[in-house]
Amino acid sequence: MVGIVSYGVYLPRLRLNRKSIFTANSWMSPGVHNLSKGERTMCNWDEDALTMAVEASRNCTFGLDKKEIDAVYLASTSLPFQDRQNAGILATALNLKANIATADLTSSQRAGTSAFITGLHAIKGGDLSDILIAASDHRITRIGSSQEMLFGDGAAALLLGSNNVIAEYKGSYSISDDFVDHYRGQNSRFDYRWEERWIRDEGYNKVVTQTINGLFEKVGITGGDIDRFVMPCVFNKISSGLAKKFGIDQEKVCDNMHLVSGETGTAHSLMMLASILEKAKPGEKILLIGYGQGCDVILLETTGSIKDVKAGENFRANLSRRKEENNYMKFLAFNDLVTLDKGIREETMHKTSTALSVMYRKKKMILGLVGGKCNECGTPQFPKMDICVNPECKAAHTQVDYEFAYQPAKVLSWTSDSLTYAADPPALYGMIQFDNGGRIMADLTDLDQDEVRTGMPVKMVFRIKLVDKQRSFIRYFWKATPLI
Amino acid sequence: MAIGIKDKVAIIGMGCTKFGERWDVGAEELMVEAFEECLADAGIERDRIEAAWLSTCLEEINVGKAALPLSLTLRLADIPITRVENYCASGTDAFRGAVYAVASGACDISLALGVEKLKDTGFGGLPEFGDPLAFQWWPNGSAPGYFAQLASAYQAKFNVDPKDLKRAIAHVSVKSHDNGFFNPKAHLRKKVTEEEVINAPMVAKPLGLFDCCGVSDGAAAAIVSTPEIAKSLGKMPLITVKALQLALSSGIEMGHNSWDGSYVITTRAASKSAYEEAGIRNPREEINMMEVHDCFSITELVTMEDLHISPEGGAIKDIMDGFFDANGKIPCQIDGGLKCFGHPIGASGIRMLYEVYLQLLGRADKRQLRNPRLGLTHNLGGLPHRNVASVAIIGKKE
Repeated sequence: MVGIVSYGVYLPRLRLNRKSIFTANSWMSPGVHNLSKGERTMCNWDEDALTMAVEASRNCTFGLDKKEIDAVYLASTSLPFQDRQNAGILATALNLKANIATADLTSSQRAGTSAFITGLHAIKGGDLSDILIAASDHRITRIGSSQEMLFGDGAAALLLGSNNVIAEYKGSYSISDDFVDHYRGQNSRFDYRWEERWIRDEGYNKVVTQTINGLFEKVGITGGDIDRFVMPCVFNKISSGLAKKFGIDQEKVCDNMHLVSGETGTAHSLMMLASILEKAKPGEKILLIGYGQGCDVILLETTGSIKDVKAGENFRANLSRRKEENNYMKFLAFNDLVTLDKGIREETMHKTSTALSVMYRKKKMILGLVGGKCNECGTPQFPKMDICVNPECKAAHTQVDYEFAYQPAKVLSWTSDSLTYAADPPALYGMIQFDNGGRIMADLTDLDQDEVRTGMPVKMVFRIKLVDKQRSFIRYFWKATPLI
Repeated sequence: MAIGIKDKVAIIGMGCTKFGERWDVGAEELMVEAFEECLADAGIERDRIEAAWLSTCLEEINVGKAALPLSLTLRLADIPITRVENYCASGTDAFRGAVYAVASGACDISLALGVEKLKDTGFGGLPEFGDPLAFQWWPNGSAPGYFAQLASAYQAKFNVDPKDLKRAIAHVSVKSHDNGFFNPKAHLRKKVTEEEVINAPMVAKPLGLFDCCGVSDGAAAAIVSTPEIAKSLGKMPLITVKALQLALSSGIEMGHNSWDGSYVITTRAASKSAYEEAGIRNPREEINMMEVHDCFSITELVTMEDLHISPEGGAIKDIMDGFFDANGKIPCQIDGGLKCFGHPIGASGIRMLYEVYLQLLGRADKRQLRNPRLGLTHNLGGLPHRNVASVAIIGKKE
C-alpha cells in the first residue's frame, strides 16, 4: 500500500485583518469590499516560502525517524533562490542524511499536487521508499488588487511511504493545458491576469471537468463515491458548482479557507487536504485537485491508521496560533512593497558579504541548528566545538551531533533593543536555555515585547536572519518563538 | 606562585584629552594632545621612551591597523611598538604591556597610549562587532541590548521589584552626572535628577537613555618606569602599580547552563586575582576609590558585587545608601565615569588610571577626595556572555 504516512502544515502567526487592507485602499479599489471579510495569513519579515516549508516539514516529520527519508521535493513559485537548490536547504535545515534525492518543482500553482504525484509514482516504481513533499508560497501582490485580499501565505508537507499509510493512493489523472489565466515573468514580482469570467468558464469548468472525468473512467468510480471534495479555488462557487455537476453533496466540499487564511498558492491543495485528514474517519474517499495550466486529480482513501497520526503542531493548532495584525503598512513593509528609511545602522550590516565557504563548513550548525553533545560528560552545547564547554570536563574531540531544533527551552534573560537595526523594532533577543542542557543567545520572533517573560517556554524555528539585497542573498538561522 | 607586579613599576607621567564629540580633530590630534600632557608631566625627553603600546579597538574607524598610527603621529623612531586590541579592556592591556616591559628589565621607560575616534560613523552607539560566522548566528543586537539582559536575570534571581532596580540604576547615573559636572575634561557636564533618568526614552529595556554611557572621541597616555628612576626624577609620592589582572570568558556563559546571566564571571575572577597580587584581604575596607566599567548603569550595579565590594544581592542597598557616592565610603566614578567622562574604547582603561593617579597625587581639583591611598580600575570588554575583564590597582608606595 502506497500513500500518505504523515502530514503537517504551517501558517504564519500573523493574520492581517482584511478590513485594514480595505480601509487603506478603498479610495482606489472600492470593488474589493466584497472580499474584505475575515483575515489572511501574512509572513513576518523573517518568513518566506523556504522557512514555512521547513516548519511544515518539521510538523509533518515530528517524532518520526528522519533517517528513512530518501527524497525531498519542494514545490513553490516563490522560492528565495533561482539557482541554488531550495529543497537542498530544506533538507539541511531538517538535518536529513546526505544520500537523498532533492528537487524543486515550480512554475505552476499545480506544483504541489504534481510533486505529490511524482512522489507517489517514485515509490510505486520501487526506487524510493519514503519521500517528503513540501509545498509553500509567500505571495507577493500589487497594492489594491483582488489578489491581495484573496491570497495568504502558508506551507504544507506530506510524508509518503508504504508503511503505516493513513491515506492510500488509489490513482491520479493529469491534463496539461497551457491555459494562461495568469502568469509571472522571469523578472516580475507580480502576476498579470486575464478576465475572471473567462477563467471560470473556459478554465476551471472545462479543464477540471475533463480531468475528473478522466480519473473516474480510469479507476471506475463516480461522484457518488466521493466523501471529500478538495479543490482550491478562490471562488468558492466554482468548486461547489463542479461538485454539484458530479453529484457530490455540498457538505462534502472542503472549505477554501478564505476567511481564515486566504489561498496559499502551491501549498493550498495540500493545506486543505491536511485540514480534511485531521477530521477524516477510516474509509473515506478524498478527491484532491490541483489546478494551473492544466489539472491534477488524485484519489485517496483513508485507512484505519488515520486515527493514530500525530502531527507536531496540527492544522487546528496552526490556525489558533494566531496574532491579529491591523497595520496594513507593516504588511507592505514586510513584503518590500514600500521604501522605508532604515538608517545607516542597517547599511553597516551589509558591509561584509556572507562568506560562502564559512557557511558551507558550518552548514549543519547554521541551517540545521546542530550542536554537540559531549560523550564524556553528556553536556549538550552550541556551537559544537573541539573542547567541551563544561568547566568540570573540557574533554577534547568527544562531541557528537546534537539537534537543538526540537529541544524544549525557556528564556533566561532578554531585552527589547531600540538602538540596533530591526526590520520590526524593537529587536527582541535573549539567552535561550534548553531544558535538557545547552543554551544560545538568539533572536525572538513573532511576538511583541509585552509578551516576553523571563522563564517563558519557547521553541526554535527556522527564519530569515538577514536579507542582503545588494548581493541578492538571504541568510537563514534559528530563532525562538513562544510556545502557544 | 609568582609574586606578581606589586610595587615593581611606578607611573611617572599621565595625560588625557578632553573626551567628547571632537568633530574638529582626528585620532592623530587626540594622540598628540594626550601625549604632550603625559610627557610634560613625566618631565623627561621623549627619546628616553624605549618601547610603547598603542590601544585602539575599532581600527576601521579613523585610527588604522597596526601600531603605525602611534609611531607615525608621535615620530617615534626605531623602538618596538605593539598595537593592543582587547575590546574595552584594550587600554588597561596596553598599560599592562608597558608595565611588564619595565618590570622585566627589558626597558627602563615605556609608554602606553590609548585612542579612539568614534564619532565618524554617522550614527549613535557602536558599530557591530563580529566575524563571518558570528554574523550568521548572533542576534543583531547592540551593546545596551546585551547588557540590559543582566537586569532581567538579576531581577529574576533576587526577586527584585523592577521599580526598585530601575531606581537603583538611576541613582548610579545621577551620581556619575553629579561627579562629571566638576570635571572639565568630561564629555557630559550636566546634572540630572532621578526622575529624569527614570522617565528618559527607552534604549534597551530596562535601560533608558541615561542608563547608557556616551560614545566619545578621546585619548589617554601613561609613561611608566622603575621606582628608582621615578625617585631620581623627583617623583613624590611614588605612585606604583599594585596589581594588573585580566580574565577572559572560556565560553561557559555562552554555552553552559551553570551561569545564570545575572553577574560577570570574569570580573569576579580578575578582581580576586588582583586582590591577591596587591595583598588586599578586605577590599570593602581597603580600597579608597574606584573607576569601574559603567558602560551601562546595570553593569556598574552588578560590578559592585563582582568586585567583592557589595555582598551578592546587596548592591542595590549599597547604592541607595550612598556607599559609592562622592562622599561615600568608596567613591566610584568620581571623574564622571564612562557615563559622563565618556567612552573612547581604546583610551578608557588609561583614562580611569589617569583619574586615580590625579586623586592619589591630590591634583583632582574640585573633585579631590580626602587622601586616597589605593584605587581600583575595572574594564569589561565585550558582552556579559563573552567578555574580557581587567582589574588594575594602583596606589601610593608606603
